[in-house]
Amino acid sequence: MNRHVTELEFERGLADIRTALERLEKAEAKGGPDVVAQANKVRASYDQALTEIYRDLTPWQRVLISRHPQRPRFLDYVATLFPDFIELHGDRHFGDDGAIVGGLATFADRSVMLVGEQKGRSTKENITRNFGMPHPEGYRKAERLMRTAGKFDLPIISFIDTSGASALQDDEARGVSWAIAECLKTQANLHVPIIAVVISEGMSGGAIAIAMGNRVLMLEHAVYSVIAPEACASQLWRDVSAAPEAAAAMQVSASQLLQLGLIDRVIPEPIGGAHRDPEVAAQYVQAALREEFSLLANEGLDWTTHRYEHYRHLGRMELLMDGSQTTGNGRH
Amino acid sequence: MDFLRRARGERFRPVEQQALEQLPDDVWHKCLGCRELLYEKDFEANLHVCPRCGHHHRLTVSQRIESLADPGTFAETDHELRSLDPLGFTIRDRRYLDRLREAEESAGVPEAVVSGTASLDGRPISLAVMVMEYLGGAVGSVAGEKITRTVERACDEQRALIIVSQSGGMRMHEGLFSLMQMAKSSAALARLERAHLPYISIIADQTYGGATASWVALGDIIIAEPGARVGFSGPRVLQAIKIRLPEETQKAEFMLQHGMVDLIIPRPQLRATVSALLRHLTSHCSARKAAPAPKRRRITVRSTEARE
Ligand SMILES: [Zn+2]
Repeated sequence: MNRHVTELEFERGLADIRTALERLEKAEAKGGPDVVAQANKVRASYDQALTEIYRDLTPWQRVLISRHPQRPRFLDYVATLFPDFIELHGDRHFGDDGAIVGGLATFADRSVMLVGEQKGRSTKENITRNFGMPHPEGYRKAERLMRTAGKFDLPIISFIDTSGASALQDDEARGVSWAIAECLKTQANLHVPIIAVVISEGMSGGAIAIAMGNRVLMLEHAVYSVIAPEACASQLWRDVSAAPEAAAAMQVSASQLLQLGLIDRVIPEPIGGAHRDPEVAAQYVQAALREEFSLLANEGLDWTTHRYEHYRHLGRMELLMDGSQTTGNGRH
Repeated sequence: MDFLRRARGERFRPVEQQALEQLPDDVWHKCLGCRELLYEKDFEANLHVCPRCGHHHRLTVSQRIESLADPGTFAETDHELRSLDPLGFTIRDRRYLDRLREAEESAGVPEAVVSGTASLDGRPISLAVMVMEYLGGAVGSVAGEKITRTVERACDEQRALIIVSQSGGMRMHEGLFSLMQMAKSSAALARLERAHLPYISIIADQTYGGATASWVALGDIIIAEPGARVGFSGPRVLQAIKIRLPEETQKAEFMLQHGMVDLIIPRPQLRATVSALLRHLTSHCSARKAAPAPKRRRITVRSTEARE
């Protein structure tokens, strides 16, 4: 575990322990057995404090974790799980968006198409990745790669990590809504299985655009929401600082969404979140995907119909049975 | 602006009960575009379009249906569907369920979508009209369900599909259930496409968010009304993320210029245009069989006892 990561505001209690640990670890190499014992003790108390904090996280705290700058990105998972990945570029219309990456790889002895949203880590990388906010050409690239997957019978695995699609004037001019809608329709039509994994933040239309899986998985501390909590808060509470309330009200965390029947599986994260142990996180993702793939081995299934049924039933409503006419021009 | 106020208080009624002659003709309206004073009667007869400057004012849902369907053919469907509050959503002590009740009270319809079957110049259509007066046309489970059923009804009964959209975005109070309506409706539209049935998407002022990025954009032909505001993120979302777009960006004319919509048609010519388009689109494939419908499972609708 990497204990030397940036602490979030609700992890402030860890900073002192970490500073003490950093001092001890410097001395550890040259010091005697007592220094090592002392360091072990501090490490244990760090781990215990961390476990306490992560035992009961609020949805907003999970939003903050999902946006942690050191949290593993799509390409980090690719490097670990899909070492033979061949990236394919461009939307064949306008450009090559850095915020959506796609290509071919092998998983569980099968060729697969990968599509994922990619945030940058450095400022420079974030400029080419547009902070993980795809432009229309990103969605058009995803759409054409998914069509290629359909043509060659390749399962698709998509990775979702975006604060939303880019919404500037150029994005409107190039039809960001149109690109997202086409993505959705293409996925609906595909006869190959799609597994979607929300790895960090899945905000709004920019997330669902590539997340129309037959199976939808979420990392334990990932969030998935109809709208960013800040935008919700400013609209409903007229106050951006009410974002934590908005996150709670919209039930954005993985365990809540599983309970609501909106996702199919929660992938556990190492204690302290994926960013404290990216390798273990990747192993968990791999294990979950392997299990999902064994389900996919059921080749006889009609994945198009399966997907239709899956989404057809999402929504909660009631049927008013008040004896009034159900056809005609209404009841009034 | 009292026509707007009246529109809000007005109950959804069949065309016949809305006889124009009943309206007093001494009522004046100030055009929101040019401030000209217009006779109520002229204003109604011209479908709320200013004869002087062409400004398109909002139509009530019944006027919209009347303007498209053959007289007396509209039969409403799925009127009995009601939203639930799956998340127990409250905003500073205001419950979502109360908001729903207030919305029904003020809009005069129980959801942000009114749907039904009708004919247009004799051709069978499946029609959905969105209602801005109901929670700003925000899309939740029921609105998404009604759109989806409207699409499925077109598939099942070999009807052309027409959706008149206006929406502020997705309904936050239902969280991810709302977002999923984009996937649900798009899947139904994919089925309609496989059935080779035509879909005319009509954009009325204002259409934003999830509606735009799903069914609005998936029309075989997309028509916008002049001056209609249309785009991805609505103005309040943009405000929250501190983005200011030039005013002309999210407009029908901008979208036409950039190739996103097929046509901009003034409302008085809309019906004739839609009719002509449907005539072309159905001229060769009227005998074509619909794609086989996927096995229908029971819809997740909870039947409840009569409510007050
Ligand atoms: Zn005027």
